[in-house]
Amino acid sequence: MEFWRVPFDAQTIQVSQGVVHIIEDRCKGCGYCIEFCPRHILAFSSRFNKKGYHPPEVLQPEGCVNCHYCEIICPEFAIYSVEVPQPPGG
Amino acid sequence: MSQAVARHEASAAAVPDHPLEDLIRSDRIPHIWCPGCGIGTAFAATLSAMKGCGLDLATLCMVSGIGCSGRAAGYVKLDSFHTTHGRAIPFATGLKLGNPKLNVVVFSGDGDLFAIGGNHFIHAARRNIPLTVICLNNLNYGMTGGQAAATTPYLARTTTTPAGNHEAPFNLPLLAWASGASFVARWTILHIRELTECIQKAFLKNGFSFIEVLGPCPINYGRRNKEKPLQTLKLYQEQTIIRNHADPSDLEIDFKKKVVLGEFVDKERSTCIENYDKTCRLM
Amino acid sequence: MTGDEACAEGALAAGCRFFGGYPITPATEIAEHMSERLPEVGGTFIQMEDEIAAIASVLGAAWAGQKSMTATSGPGFSLMMENIGLAACTETPCVVVNVQRAGPSTGLPTMGAQADMMQARWGSHGDYEIIALAPSSAQEIFYQTITAFNLSERYRTPVFIMTDEIIGHMSEKVVIPAADQIRTEERPKPQGRKDRFLLYKPGPNGVAPMPAAGEGYNVHVTGLTHDEKGYPVMSIEAQEQMMTRIKTKILNNLDDIVITEAHELEDAEIVIVSYGISARTSMAAMQQARAMGLKVGFLRLITVWPFAERQIRELAQRVKAFVTVEINLGQIHLEVTRAAAGQATCHLVGHHGGAIISPDKVIAAIKEVV
Repeated sequence: MEFWRVPFDAQTIQVSQGVVHIIEDRCKGCGYCIEFCPRHILAFSSRFNKKGYHPPEVLQPEGCVNCHYCEIICPEFAIYSVEVPQPPGG
Repeated sequence: MSQAVARHEASAAAVPDHPLEDLIRSDRIPHIWCPGCGIGTAFAATLSAMKGCGLDLATLCMVSGIGCSGRAAGYVKLDSFHTTHGRAIPFATGLKLGNPKLNVVVFSGDGDLFAIGGNHFIHAARRNIPLTVICLNNLNYGMTGGQAAATTPYLARTTTTPAGNHEAPFNLPLLAWASGASFVARWTILHIRELTECIQKAFLKNGFSFIEVLGPCPINYGRRNKEKPLQTLKLYQEQTIIRNHADPSDLEIDFKKKVVLGEFVDKERSTCIENYDKTCRLM
Repeated sequence: MTGDEACAEGALAAGCRFFGGYPITPATEIAEHMSERLPEVGGTFIQMEDEIAAIASVLGAAWAGQKSMTATSGPGFSLMMENIGLAACTETPCVVVNVQRAGPSTGLPTMGAQADMMQARWGSHGDYEIIALAPSSAQEIFYQTITAFNLSERYRTPVFIMTDEIIGHMSEKVVIPAADQIRTEERPKPQGRKDRFLLYKPGPNGVAPMPAAGEGYNVHVTGLTHDEKGYPVMSIEAQEQMMTRIKTKILNNLDDIVITEAHELEDAEIVIVSYGISARTSMAAMQQARAMGLKVGFLRLITVWPFAERQIRELAQRVKAFVTVEINLGQIHLEVTRAAAGQATCHLVGHHGGAIISPDKVIAAIKEVV
């Protein structure tokens, strides 16, 4: 993670990691998740879903910090993230 | 392949459900709302708040009126009532008084709640009926194709105000405050965490609570007023200011200036039910 | 006790525990009486901001599991119509009392009429069936209110009591029987697995069991055309299935719903058809006509809707004429004429509204027919 000014406790804070799941056929392509992902890890895919929209895809899976913002801004219940359990001390 | 990618792919095999899957009628999804419409987000925030508020889900009911937002009741897997145009609040009033153990949420639109149903809103607030009213304000009548509403900004274009709206809109939190609501707030669909927390608070509030949620109507309002959905969300990001306990008369919606968000009213006032029991049930 | 008070007492005896009202002459006394009595029996009274809100709250309370009602008169009845359609469509039991006054519009608020009869049948948009009862006395309004609740619970439908200002405001002796002498009915409750429950799957009599909110059935209730699950389905097939259900549950049970009272029909050549307050005029007229040696009978419609079509049709085969007596300018008269289908002549003794029809007018009409 990049910081403009590194916090003193940056070393001790464990950043959570998430996995993004996309239910492609629910997506209507509004792009809110892509635009407002704080880590900018999503982009429109070139695929079409059943309804003819381009659902998002995860460009950098390792970048997800499981903030759930894509999940809560999605009007379609089409995207959500799940926390990846961290190995202890890792 | 990095570790994260490997984990990502491994977990894709056993995909967990969407966290709100158990609260939506997934056999009716996708819903009718247009791409970029704000209702879905406000609706999802309402469901998250339902899950998080600690109330017994079996006691939670949703009542909606007519219009795009009125369809919300059809997607929640709880006792849900899609009533007539403007009458969600009096229906909900009967539901609540008929069984005060129920926790009744009215989810509807600005046209439904404040034009055809305006009278019911002010009276429910005056009575302090314990209801949570969530109004998705998209500034127009979406379902019927984008006509002017009681919330349409001055000079905005709609199909019935082709030269621009010559009427003044309601300031909804001011109206709610003046009518006696116990809890009044406004958020946008971009301020989802604040909104969800606020809805939870409203659920637990013993009294009439009102939350206005600004959400885009890209197809019918945005298109005629040169606002793409993402531009509307940018307005929500850049042209809003959070000011809790702001003076309700300062809450007009004009994105040329700052639009004030926050929790404006949170007061204790005995409810209609408490007062009825105290006054009328003298045994 | 007045008819209005007897109506309120009948409702309480039937188990009504919610009243959503709005003041209107000449129905206000029902609301007033309920406001006093409901809290005593653990019920709730609320005076809403208008009649639209009143009926909407009644539907809400019905889904909360309560027997609920409202009472109004013509102008309020007009305002309630949209939500009465919602009740018919969503199969919501409730009772609506219309203490009729002369119209149209504000009309004669303090003077009786029976001119909302067709509005009761067809007032809300779309096709649907409705049940409407017409009491003729304060005593009868007490019993008919109980019947109205029972029918409404049994058939999951709104039921009207079409009374009028005269009965509403008239004081008469009313005997209220002991509670164990009163038969009350509850709506059929669903059984079986909640997750497989279908809100509109008809039971044996064509009526679907109905849960209340909070019982864990996660019902969806909508005024949109819906399938048996209650989900909106925008198709011609779903419309046909829904319409068939809401019509047949009434039409297949006419023998249970349509109540009439026959007086001296055996040898009658002329049959007076009437209901409500006008039935009392008609009864007097029949007795006077009999005293004159005229073969006159009287068919009293206790249930006005659904219309006693079979009874009229059968009578039409053997009688010479029908004389319909009602305080309007020929509403039920039209139905009698339709059902008689040319087999007997049909005559109206009507009134513009504001007063009871005198038996003399009925006698005069009978003499003309003879």
